[in-house]
Amino acid sequence: MFYREAGQFKITYQADSQIFPIRQDRVGIALVLAIAFLGVPLVASPYLFSAVLIPFLIFALAALGLNILTGYAGQLSLGTAAFMAVGAFASYNFMLRIPGIPVLLAFVLGGLCAAMVGIVFGLPSLRIRGFYLAAATLATQFFVVWCLTKIGWFTNNSSSGVITAQKIVILGYEFDTPASKYLLTLCIVCVMAVLLKNMIRTNVGRSWMAVRDMDVAAEVIGFRLMRTKLLAFAVSSFYCGVAGALYAFAYLGTVEPEAYSLDLSFRILFMIIIGGVGSVIGAFFGSAFIVLLPIFLNIIAHSLALPTSVASNLELMVFGALIIFFLIVEPHGLARLWQIAKEKLRLWPFPH
Amino acid sequence: MKLIKSILLGAALAGSIGAAAAQEQYIPLPSYRVGPYAAGGSGFYGGAIDYFNLVNANGGINGVKIKWEECETEYNASRGVECYERMKSKNGGAALVDPLSTGIAYGILDRVATDKIPMTMLGYGRSDAANGKVFPYVFPLITSYWNQAAAMVAYLGSLNGGAEKLKGKKIVHLYHDSAFGKEPMPVLDAEAQKYGFELIKIPVAHPGNEQQSQWLQIRQAKPDYVILWGWGVMNAVAIKTAQRNGFPREKILGVWWAGSEEDTVPAGDAAKGYTTMTFNTPGNYPVLDDIRKKVYDAGKGNLDDKGRIGSVYHMRGVTAAILWTEAIRKAQEKFGKGKVMSGEQVRWGFENLDVNEARQKALGALGMFPPVKTSCDDHEGSGAVKVQQWTGSKWVPITPNWVTGDKALTRRLLEESSAKYATEKNIKPACAS
Repeated sequence: MFYREAGQFKITYQADSQIFPIRQDRVGIALVLAIAFLGVPLVASPYLFSAVLIPFLIFALAALGLNILTGYAGQLSLGTAAFMAVGAFASYNFMLRIPGIPVLLAFVLGGLCAAMVGIVFGLPSLRIRGFYLAAATLATQFFVVWCLTKIGWFTNNSSSGVITAQKIVILGYEFDTPASKYLLTLCIVCVMAVLLKNMIRTNVGRSWMAVRDMDVAAEVIGFRLMRTKLLAFAVSSFYCGVAGALYAFAYLGTVEPEAYSLDLSFRILFMIIIGGVGSVIGAFFGSAFIVLLPIFLNIIAHSLALPTSVASNLELMVFGALIIFFLIVEPHGLARLWQIAKEKLRLWPFPH
Repeated sequence: MKLIKSILLGAALAGSIGAAAAQEQYIPLPSYRVGPYAAGGSGFYGGAIDYFNLVNANGGINGVKIKWEECETEYNASRGVECYERMKSKNGGAALVDPLSTGIAYGILDRVATDKIPMTMLGYGRSDAANGKVFPYVFPLITSYWNQAAAMVAYLGSLNGGAEKLKGKKIVHLYHDSAFGKEPMPVLDAEAQKYGFELIKIPVAHPGNEQQSQWLQIRQAKPDYVILWGWGVMNAVAIKTAQRNGFPREKILGVWWAGSEEDTVPAGDAAKGYTTMTFNTPGNYPVLDDIRKKVYDAGKGNLDDKGRIGSVYHMRGVTAAILWTEAIRKAQEKFGKGKVMSGEQVRWGFENLDVNEARQKALGALGMFPPVKTSCDDHEGSGAVKVQQWTGSKWVPITPNWVTGDKALTRRLLEESSAKYATEKNIKPACAS
């Protein structure tokens, strides 16, 4: 009904290879973007911006990063939070040590530092795979946090090891209101999501997926394994690094290394599992599920005037039950549910 | 139509309730009653709510009742930030906030200044926030980690007949490997240099339920004292492991977050003789009797177990709530009695707090905590602590008077550190009017 491909004929190669080949998708995306950029800033409250939307976008970006590595290139990783930490602390140090450096450049440099760390810790992936690689990436998690707590230079010798992110000023405009921080985060996330969406359609993305599906076969047909895997680690870590920098600069403002704990890595892993492994929109679904649902449940429990201890236990129970339910109903995540819905709509009223 | 009517009616009703509630001073409580630190959170916020109930039972602050709302943070920084954002502008705006968590406090440190909501940090958080010129909205009331560390050295010195006698002694700093555990290091390092004792730093990874290697290291070093800078489960484990390694508990001096019933009772006999710092004097006070009578007997008590009334965490919550209400009272003296104060006005109250002994006596809390007198320069207001010892069944104070350490030294460090923060953040240090 809503999704009719019939009648949408492509007569040029360009039309055939656009990002969203179906017109309804293009309209939908345009609508979502219009609402996100114009509608939301008009109506949302500061609470919605700084406690809900900004973390949602930041975690979506981190989930995109992990999705590159795990979803597209098939390399299991538990070091996401560590790459975020590298991005955050590197950006902080660039801002601190190089006076007058543009903040966006600091984010990019922070992301590049994370990419380099990603390459170093991606080296084991050349020899080991699967769960063994996941265990090896745990080393990143512990090593980076250990380094940041141990070496005072990274935190500017702050006595407690906590950094306070500098102000975000771009071309003289100070991003200090929740709405402006939201718009900045949204811009960065949108640009990076579009870049990724395009990247996975090029030969780079195809090589990742070839390695994911069967690395021996990929090598046989001529993909260079080392380059492909390390590139996946680098790009993934870059995304995570920028997400980490945003986490520090646009969300919390002050961060201690422990904020980037293993727990955060797991949460991001759950995001891509629930959202959908190997899909861009899945990262957003997963982030929404993990970030927004607990808050939503908490607010409901609160409005029912339950005691806070009961409310939080109830929240954990409902949350856990929903995860199990979703994974049983659709092990490929929310993105797959979305895809099925689209396919059913295309064939409505007589789906298979 | 009927539905719309009833919705409108409901909205109008809700509006009128909102208008009636305007005479209430709203205090959001980002508390934690589940998770690894639930014992601390339920005691502290339980105490605060008990005291609020007592104030309301006595007619409020010059007639203004206190309204509060809890939000569960689970001691998690991002959950705490979300709670803070959710609650801060409700019910006409928050008067103050205290998350009882270093992580959350750091997360909202910048936000409270923009939102103009004062944040208190009783006995935790950034020690350099005592400089009101750089941190106008932050109040590490009563005493900070740095003054505690200085007081620890002073106390250990007094056991030997003066801090100078510490020369050549060995002191182990056994700490929770986090921001919290590292906070006192600048002071301890400076004191070690000044008095010539050897400082050995041994970290314990979170959460700290395995300390065999650390205590082996301590046994080999044969220190004269061990400073236990622990939190949560780490404390009981440290005490038990010390016993197993034959280290006398009398020589362990805990931080005040390692000195509650929740830390010693699980350690059993091993904890007997163990000493810690505290900024409360254990014991019973008229205000606690009032709480038992007017709050618990009326069925409004917040603790499930009445026996926890007057326990360390409960008393700390009561202390915090006393200081909060006193700040609101002080603000009312300047800006109008019987009115609801804004966050900005309460900030003024905190900066001009003077809870002396006479005032404590009037509140029924004489000697429960050190007299607090704040100013723009000194948001801490006291810096005094006591040492308490666990007898096996309860805590008793073993220093009759309040102890302070080398405050000149902590002040110098505080100035340096806050100046660094000010340059990092482009803040021009000045007293807010």
